[in-house]
This record gives sequence, structure tokens and C-alpha cells, in this order.
Amino acid sequence: MYTPNRKHVTLFDKVFDAHVIVEREDGQCLLWIDRHFLHEGSFHAFNKLKERSAEVARPDLTFGIEDHYVPTRTRDLGRIDPAIRGMIEQLRGNSQRHGVRRFGLDDPAQGIVHVVGPEQGLTLPGLTIVCGDSHTATHGAFGAIAFGIGASEVAHVLMTQTLWQKKPKRMRISVDGELTPGVSAKDLALSTIARIGTGGAVGHAIEYAGSTIRSLSMEGRLTLCNLSIEAGGRFGMIAPDETTIEYLRNRPFAPKGEAFERGAQYWLALASDADAVFDHEITLNAAEIAPVVTWGITPEDASPITARVPDPAQIPDPARAAQVRDALDYMDIKPGQSLTDIRIDRVFIGSCTNSRIEDIRAAAAILVGRKAKVPGLVSPGSMLVKKQAEDEGLDRIILEAGLEWVDPGCSMCVGMNGDLVPPGERCASTTNRNFRGRQGPGSRTHLMSPAMVAAAAITGHLTDMRLLMREPVPARD
Amino acid sequence: MQPFKSLDAVACPLPLSNVDTDQLIPARFMKRSRADGYGSFLLHDLRFDETGAEMSNSPLNDPERQGARILVTRRNFGCGSSREAAVYALVDYGIACVIAPSFGDIFSSNAVNNGLLPAIVSEENCEALLNVLRDGALTATVDLGALTIWSANLILSFTVDPVWRTKLLNGWDDIDLTQSYTSVIANFAKVDRERRPWMQPSERPDSQ
Repeated sequence: MYTPNRKHVTLFDKVFDAHVIVEREDGQCLLWIDRHFLHEGSFHAFNKLKERSAEVARPDLTFGIEDHYVPTRTRDLGRIDPAIRGMIEQLRGNSQRHGVRRFGLDDPAQGIVHVVGPEQGLTLPGLTIVCGDSHTATHGAFGAIAFGIGASEVAHVLMTQTLWQKKPKRMRISVDGELTPGVSAKDLALSTIARIGTGGAVGHAIEYAGSTIRSLSMEGRLTLCNLSIEAGGRFGMIAPDETTIEYLRNRPFAPKGEAFERGAQYWLALASDADAVFDHEITLNAAEIAPVVTWGITPEDASPITARVPDPAQIPDPARAAQVRDALDYMDIKPGQSLTDIRIDRVFIGSCTNSRIEDIRAAAAILVGRKAKVPGLVSPGSMLVKKQAEDEGLDRIILEAGLEWVDPGCSMCVGMNGDLVPPGERCASTTNRNFRGRQGPGSRTHLMSPAMVAAAAITGHLTDMRLLMREPVPARD
Repeated sequence: MQPFKSLDAVACPLPLSNVDTDQLIPARFMKRSRADGYGSFLLHDLRFDETGAEMSNSPLNDPERQGARILVTRRNFGCGSSREAAVYALVDYGIACVIAPSFGDIFSSNAVNNGLLPAIVSEENCEALLNVLRDGALTATVDLGALTIWSANLILSFTVDPVWRTKLLNGWDDIDLTQSYTSVIANFAKVDRERRPWMQPSERPDSQ
């Protein structure tokens, strides 16, 4: 149980300890869960409930969101693949049966779960948040313990509003200094993953700290925490501060008036104690980070855009050399070639990683007044992001550049809704995974920031966006 | 859940690192009902070509390894998404134990919730085991009580989180255990509501 007088306590421990209902001798803790987000993939868990004739314990803390399978070019379910429609209809049926609030396709707040939660003020500091999706650590940007769970755990939370967890180790990633112009949270995240590896944070809860992190907007923090799982970390967190509090004020589901002020006081006290001890510390210098792209088939296969593709013959570790050889073979690129010589076939801007208003603005700032050489899809993270972008005229810039402006959903990040990269094609993408075939069978993915994707769209090859930088697009009133 | 005590079975080598959950089961198959079985989708795009024909160089297609219940692979197995379908694909195929130097965190916990043992061995022992399988050993024995693996003339120790070991050995399901704490949970929720009144979502859920 959380006691405010303890010393040397990390942010993670403060939030974790406040949620422990039972602690067993072997270290297993029964944790109270404050928010549970569901999506169309949750049908396995609902089937488990059905087997036991169980009810949802706390429908008031459970929210269903249509995002993983939703079409982005039509909202008419009559016009889509019946198997995909079936997935959406199952979520609708299950939500209705159990009295769960659902953000459906007809809802003006619909969007990707990790965009909608914060936007609606459902995500708050100091909460435990779970979802059957590995990018749930996104919500940790608010100082919440947020993590992805599997279907058995989803069923457990539905039935009990609790989950058994053992405390992970704690890792602090500190970044200090100023990011140089054009360098974003995505570049920071990919640089970190390249440094520690895709398994670097396995078994650890990550806290991102330092002056660079504190100066990030909430959008940037969300992108950074989102990618924690790509370093193996199930949890990624940032201590709540004034930026966090200001973002949350007046959000629809956030507390109001006196309750909000009481919350804010609690949230600001969650920061790790100055002398808190971490099991693992990593430090990065913001000034050294450049725009980054991936060239391989795991997010650790990332390099600054100014670099060359690594040559496996030059890599001393035989296991790593074999991996790089395999990656380059799949990606059909040559050792030692300049990253900027890699031609692309299409682009995608969207996903829970990079689909918020700042991301759309950053892409539009590069696209404005230019034409894309390749086709591409821009899918804003929510209907609210879409509306705001349209109010700012960003949709027109995107359309005039020759890219498609579509509705929100997980879309081409994972291709479940049919938005796919065709076999053999190469996509510059703002998403989170460049795994073999992730965007469609035989697809090849290069991960990068929204501005870098926009730059690649304009030139038709991987490009240092700093060469295309202009003044930011002025917001239209 | 069936208890896992020990297993003596055909072992299949899969000498790859970072086998992610998108490899274990591509997303396009996850619309299917579990009742139909997920085994045929396991590592689908590494087993079948575009025409659906079996690729002869894929370890799982090796005629000698048919009926494998043990998979031996390299580091960071199961990294990526939280899809429990990755575990369903393994389990429905018949795999009951995966041996590797490391696993994705969410994958391991999903595995244990389905009675699948994620056995951790050192990088060195993993290579030794892959070598004996490559040199013709067909089977391995995994003893969860003794935390030991045998194959050909090789004897290795492995690790698994002690909590998970107990759970697997007994075939426990978390939900039954949790339900024995129902009144403790209710009491926690009541006290917590006074302690953190701001936690409750402020809009009333309007059930649709």
C-alpha cells in the first residue's frame, strides 16, 4: 500500500503500490485496474466470459473502441468484407450486452484507442490502465501504469477489475539537452531502441526523464511511451507535470472542479523521489539525435538518415551479422548503400504512434505546396484530430500533395482492415513495427517520423527532412 | 488448465532471433474463431509460399519433425504485439514448450495462461541444443519440476519465473484464485473511492 512518507520511491512504485489489493509471499500482487479499454479483438475474452456465464464487474471503468478493424475509406459497414464487419459487430453486441460505453464509427469521438483515451480525459496520471494491445504503454505519458495484456488477462479484468502482476524491474532513460530542429519524439524513441535493442527493456518498467522529456508536448510524450514495447518494455512512463495537468483540464471524462484540483495535487506528487533507485540507467544526449529511419525488420535496425546501410561483413558479432544479412535480404537493400538512395513505393501517416494533431501538422509543413511522387494514405488518429486538422486546412495541403485523407483507425499499421502494402512494395511509415509482412504479406516497412515520411513522399526516396524544412504552417482561425 | 509436469517429445529447431508475434500468426488470420483451431496459421508465412504450398526449407515442414511439441529458438521470441492468438497458434499446433534465451514479456505471460512453458536457457546452451538437433537428435525431455532439459547426450538447466512454475505445475487458472478474494477486492474498491475520488470517469456511461 502506498505510504506518502516512504523515501527513494520511483514513479512506477508509487502508482503500483497504490493499487495493490493483495501481495503474496512469492511477490505476486493482485492489482486494482482503473481503466480497461476494449477493441474488436476482445472477442476471445468475451467468449471466455460466456463460458463461465460471467458478467463484466465494472462496466463504468470499461470502454469499447472500434479501431483495429474499421474501414478508413467508408463508414458504411454494408460495403466492407463480411468477416471484418463481423469483428465490429461482435464488439457492438458484447458492449451492449454488458452495458459498456462504446466509441463506435458513428461517434464524433471515435478513433484509435491510444489517441481517444487521452483526448477524452479517460487517461489520467496515477491510474492503472490495461488494453489487449501492446502499445497501451502510450498512456504512460501521463504518469499512469498502462500495459498491454492478452485475451486471458482481458477476461480476468472484465470479470474482476483486477490482475495478478509481479513488480518488474525499473529502468530510467534520461535524455537531456535540446533536440535540434526537425528532430522529433519518434527519432528519440527509435534512437533509444537502436541503442538498447528490441529486448533491452524486457522485464523492466521504463521511466523517461530529463530536460528533453520535460520539454516535450503531450503528443511527443505519447509517441515516446508508445514505442516502449519495441524496446521490450511493457511499461513506459513520464512523471506528471504542469504540461500534463493543462492538457487534462476540461477533457470530457476528466474530473471537474474540486475533484480535478485534488487530483492534480496527487498527480504532481507522483514524480520519482530525487534519490529514487533504478535497476538500470540509460542516458542520451538530445543534441546528438538526428532524424532516424529503419532499414531492417525489427525497430532496433535503425540509423540516422545521414548514415549508410550497415555491412554484415563489418559486424564482429556473428549472430548480429546473420540477423542483418537476413534483414537486408528481406528488405532487398544493399550493404553500404546510402539510406537516402532507397526508393519507396508508398507512404503511410497514421497509427497510435504518430497520428495526433502535431504529427499531421509536421507532415503538412513539409507537404505544403509540393506534390508527392508516390501514393499514400494519411489517417488521423481520431475524428477529433481529423476535424481539427480540417479546421486548420491541413487536409487540403495533404490532398493537394496527392495523398489520400481518410478516416481514423489502425489502418495500414497492421492491415487488419484491408489497408495493405502490396507484396514486394516498400512503404515509408509513421507506424511502430517494421516486422516482416506486418503491413501485408511481403510488404517492406521503413519506420520514421511524420515529417520524414512526408519528405520521402515528395522525393520518392528516403530523405533527410531537414533539407525540405520551411516555416511551420500557420494555423487558420 | 492441464498441469505441466514433464514432456518427452519431438523437438523442432527454429534457429531465428526475434520471431515476433506477426510471424507467429499474421494478423489476417485473427478474425477466425478459436473453435476452428489456429494451428494451421502458426508461422504461416515462413511455412507456406504465396500459392499456399509448403516451403521445404521451413523447419516445421521437415518430415522428421512432424508432431513436434517442443520448439527451440533464439533470443526475444514472441516480441511484438499482445495477441494471445500467437500462443493459440503454438498450442493448437501441438507445441507445449518453447525453449529460448529470452521471450517477449506479454508473450510469456500469455503462454503461461495457456499452459505453454516458456523455458529460458543461456545463449550458449541454446546454441548447444540447436546443434544437437541439427546433428540429428529428434526428441528432447523437459522436466519442469527439475528445471532440466535432456536431448541426446546433452543435459541443460533452464529457468522460469517461480510464480509461473507453480502455476504451470498445478495447472492453475488465475480467475479461480482471484474469486477467493472477492470481498477483499470489494473493500479495496470502497476505500479507494474515498481516497481517489477523481479516479471515477466523470461522464456517466451511457450504455448503447
